[in-house]
Amino acid sequence: MNQPASAYFLEERHDPNETHTLSVLVQNEPGVLARVIGLFSGRGYNIESLTVSETESQKHLSRITIVTTGTPMVIEQIKHQLDRMIPVYRVVDMTLTGRSIERELAMVKVRGTGDHRVEALRLADAFRARVIDATTESFVFEITGNTAKINQFIDLMRPLGLVEVSRTGVAAIGRGPEGM
Amino acid sequence: MKDKSHDPNQMTGAAMIVRALIDHGVQHLFGYPGGAVLPIYDEIFQQSEVEHILVRHEQGAGHAAEGYARSTGKPGVVLVTSGPGATNMVTALTDALMDSIPLVCITGQVPTHLIGNDAFQECDTVGITRPCTKHNWLVRNVNDLAKVLHEAFYVATSGRPGPVVVDVPKDVQFAVGTYHPPRKSDVHISYSPRVKGEAAQIRKAVALLASAKRPVIYSGGGVINSGPEASRLLREFAEVTGFPITSTLMGLGAYPASGKNWLGMLGMHGTYEANMTMHDCDVMLCVGARFDDRITGRIDAFSPGSKKIHIDIDPSSINKNIRVDVPIIGDAGNVLGDLLQVFKAEAKRPDIKAWWQQIAQWRARNSLSYRKNNDIILPQYAIQRLFELTRGKDTYITTEVGQHQMWAAQFYGFEEPHRWMTSGGLGTMGYGLPAAVGVQVAHPDSLVIDIAGDASVQMTIQEMSTAVQYELPIKIFILNNQYMGMVRQWQQLLHGNRLSHSYTEALPDFVKLAEAYGGVGLQVIKPADLDGAIKEMIAIKRPVLFDCRVAALENCFPMIPSGKAHNEMLLPEEATDEATATAFAGGKALV
Repeated sequence: MNQPASAYFLEERHDPNETHTLSVLVQNEPGVLARVIGLFSGRGYNIESLTVSETESQKHLSRITIVTTGTPMVIEQIKHQLDRMIPVYRVVDMTLTGRSIERELAMVKVRGTGDHRVEALRLADAFRARVIDATTESFVFEITGNTAKINQFIDLMRPLGLVEVSRTGVAAIGRGPEGM
Repeated sequence: MKDKSHDPNQMTGAAMIVRALIDHGVQHLFGYPGGAVLPIYDEIFQQSEVEHILVRHEQGAGHAAEGYARSTGKPGVVLVTSGPGATNMVTALTDALMDSIPLVCITGQVPTHLIGNDAFQECDTVGITRPCTKHNWLVRNVNDLAKVLHEAFYVATSGRPGPVVVDVPKDVQFAVGTYHPPRKSDVHISYSPRVKGEAAQIRKAVALLASAKRPVIYSGGGVINSGPEASRLLREFAEVTGFPITSTLMGLGAYPASGKNWLGMLGMHGTYEANMTMHDCDVMLCVGARFDDRITGRIDAFSPGSKKIHIDIDPSSINKNIRVDVPIIGDAGNVLGDLLQVFKAEAKRPDIKAWWQQIAQWRARNSLSYRKNNDIILPQYAIQRLFELTRGKDTYITTEVGQHQMWAAQFYGFEEPHRWMTSGGLGTMGYGLPAAVGVQVAHPDSLVIDIAGDASVQMTIQEMSTAVQYELPIKIFILNNQYMGMVRQWQQLLHGNRLSHSYTEALPDFVKLAEAYGGVGLQVIKPADLDGAIKEMIAIKRPVLFDCRVAALENCFPMIPSGKAHNEMLLPEEATDEATATAFAGGKALV
């Protein structure tokens, strides 16, 4: 291998990247989100989507859902690095369990009149998107589904007068009776 | 409401801090006062159980606490003020994080109502130290303080040890609240490091070890951190199995350098036999080490034919750089104990005579040899003499970072754990002098020597003043080559010998400098005078700066060149200009 004059071994990794959804249960205390995000930026990991909210206020528990990409070795590192943080209770790789449901909510603003407006409404109906705001020249749709479905809906709205989109990011939960 | 005025647990935040230190058995505290910690300093003034060591720079307090911790196995404790006090600690905290040293650092903070206002000496301490601590806390309520302090000690010292910061605003230090002694519930229930290794994994490991034809034990700092019992078990394990053993820089002393299975240190400047053994082995037992890039060299060519067992308390160390076959999560000592028990009960020591014969051939290459010189002191010779003349004494060695550090690791034989304090992961120049201060505080009657370089030592030279104030007779043994030796060596090997800013044209007169601080200065130029001067240094019961003038252009060998594997080491006798040119990538740069 021909590499520049460096005392570090500069490796080109060729492992393919995978996308994984991680559920992270954390103590809801000041700075906990900064710790998680700092870990990703500090170690050069990717965040595709991040959703966080308190889920059990009595126990001060929050649940963070992170969608990340990396080689299998990096994904394993991410899980271990998260797991060893003091306020982290559990890390579950929802992609590995293969039994999870992932949902995202998006609000999609579309502006237009005439045929475009009618078409937007018709597509919204097909995607089970709800109208949550309307003016004579615009709609705001609310749509829930997995990331692919939402991407598809947004793509369809683009030529019909898409103005802006606000998305929550992915939330995930396992199927069946057991908790994480 | 109950009258609390006579409750002995009612006290100010500042008093709680001192009380917590006492409850955790803290005898020494390294620190530097400032506006935001004055209430704590006032409490320190009014008691005598915790002795405060006043440093000259907060970084010095951090490294002193690291030296203290590394040489005792107890946490090092630091107290610094807000703003610059905290930011000056960042290097030491990062150093401690990289080398898994337990530190509890208490920082003052501006009063809570001023946080976020850009107040005088305010900085976002928890934000700045978040990536360089194991955990940190900002305490906004005095009634949380006791719990946080107790948790801080637990987090710093349990599992994989590391530094923690507790940031205490000044109004919380003044406020009165309820203190409680340490109790179990003080700790996050989400934090429970695994100590005991999984039995099934240990069985797998034993089966693999018993079937080995070319085994090696590769031990690291985790064995030292686990405590003296882990080192004892490691020695017993090597004895029972008869396996060869090498160690990382951080692990030196866990197995004695005089032991018959010892191969010397491995890695970039490790011995030829250690690296070849690692490369050609069929079963590798890694205990408390982390396959760092200075160890592995080129990772796709790292020990290609071996099955690897990895014992580590930190699951994130497993499969980080190198894929292993049998991971065992647990404390090094605990797992070694189980491993030894199962091995003795169920396995037979494999016959590895042929392997030892092979190793003997590698040893015969004598990879640490250097040419003798009667006119100039060679740095390797200086370390060898220092080792010989301190052998059998109660000695602790610290180092700075660079060539002298590698020579110390190669030529100073460590027989016991906790005797070697060096900045391995972060590679912090300026670590050794304050670390020696900390070690000497913990071991006032021992011989504490900082093996230093002329460049590194100037980064924290001000701590000479601390040593003089507390009558700490540390010995600073400077291998003075007037260069940043390791930088110069790389410039020679990798950058066409263009010595860009690695020469120090204006060095201080170290003898006069020592005297200016109130210490003793010695200088040696001739090899013939070296022994006498080292003996003189040892005899002096005051801080000594020893200016040992050594060959300026000596390089540190053997060496694994960049992008190369363990079996492509450059040995000293082969390191002609031509061979070096070919060995290093982009060889034309050396022409």
